[in-house]
Amino acid sequence: MDYINLFVRSIFIENMIFAYFLGMCSYLAVSKTVKTAVGLGAAVIFVLAITVPINFLLDQYLLRPGALQWLNPEYASVDLSFLSFIMFIAVIASMVQLVEMVVEKFAPALYGALGIFLPLIAVNCAILGGSLFMQQKSFTAVSEAITYGLGSGIGWFLAILAIAAIREKIAYSNVPGPLKGLGITFIITGLMAIGFMSFMGIEL
Amino acid sequence: MAIDTKIASEAKEAKKKEMILFLSNSEEREHFLSKNNRKLLSDPLNDNNPITVQVLGICSALAITVQLEPAIVMALAVTAVLAFSNMIVSLIRNLIPNRIRIIVQLVIVASLVILVDQILKAYAYDVSKQLSVFVGLIITNCIVMGRLEAFALGNGVYKSFLDGIGNAAGYGVILIIVAFFRELLGSGKLFGFEVLGHKAAVAAESTGLYAYGYENNGLMLLSPMALIVVGIIIWVQRSRNRKLIEQN
Repeated sequence: MDYINLFVRSIFIENMIFAYFLGMCSYLAVSKTVKTAVGLGAAVIFVLAITVPINFLLDQYLLRPGALQWLNPEYASVDLSFLSFIMFIAVIASMVQLVEMVVEKFAPALYGALGIFLPLIAVNCAILGGSLFMQQKSFTAVSEAITYGLGSGIGWFLAILAIAAIREKIAYSNVPGPLKGLGITFIITGLMAIGFMSFMGIEL
Repeated sequence: MAIDTKIASEAKEAKKKEMILFLSNSEEREHFLSKNNRKLLSDPLNDNNPITVQVLGICSALAITVQLEPAIVMALAVTAVLAFSNMIVSLIRNLIPNRIRIIVQLVIVASLVILVDQILKAYAYDVSKQLSVFVGLIITNCIVMGRLEAFALGNGVYKSFLDGIGNAAGYGVILIIVAFFRELLGSGKLFGFEVLGHKAAVAAESTGLYAYGYENNGLMLLSPMALIVVGIIIWVQRSRNRKLIEQN
């Protein structure tokens, strides 16, 4: 039951885009067509679902205050948590490299379509944000971290899919000149975020 | 050879656009504030603003704009990280193998962010608590990677430093404008001071605007309004500067 709650919370209530604005750069840049948006969204789900649990284990057994106790009881006072940024980003960068190679091998068309944005997943705030929020939430089991990573990835995917669909249609509307493109996308995202706020307070 | 390409790139930059210079009336004193260098500083404030034109660095920008103080601290932190990472990457740009440059850049940026984070924890603990994970997210702020890739890898140390300062200032300006409106309209305060008067529980005891029945707009405190405020800033900027309007 807790897992379902965590899953739904991370998709809808604590949505990466609508609640924390994480990963906005690629969200705005790749959302012009639904097809590329789906590709990038799937890559984000995959990378989040892998990196959050790995970083959870790192945090649990290496970084948090007293985490090194499993090696030797003398290390109880060691606190390596200041290293967490650099460790997390190293894990993320190498995982992204892996995803890039897999996509290039098995889906060359998608690789061409995603272009520069695939390596840039490494610097997608949503990925690092997932790990940092995981650290803040102090999960107790790795399965919670997997649920959280998967859920926030799906939340991000839903957001970029929705905005891409809207942007495809809005190309035919008569938007005031200065608002065209970026401006109207910001305002639509804001309105969508207000919509997503209606999920607030849902407990499963 | 290196000097030749440098001169060529400078000439290209000068030709690229005709800019309005904010600092153009200060006298031409020394080389290190030459016209091109000043443009590096002033361009990102308006015509080439990282947030509203280049679409970089929105990620961690908006969640911390409910109040002015964390927004200013965030802008300063980004300035420090961006200026110094631009400088360091520019120093070692000829030594980095092209394949692994992203990881090298990330390590440099992450080390700088760790420094900033530790300094904030030591000297501004309350603000660092308020910023929570968003200090760490400076690492993946697209503005940092974007400028490293687009500028520092191809330009000299001093120019990269100026470019970093300029872009961080352009980012900070937007943050501060958004935070100003959100704090003023959302809670009637600026830097925590009640500039619109005091709202008491009993209507008769309220002072300032609240005495006339003014109410705070609680919607401004919620996250969606940050996006809408930025949308309006873009609208205003592009109406004033029509060459920035997108065609489709």
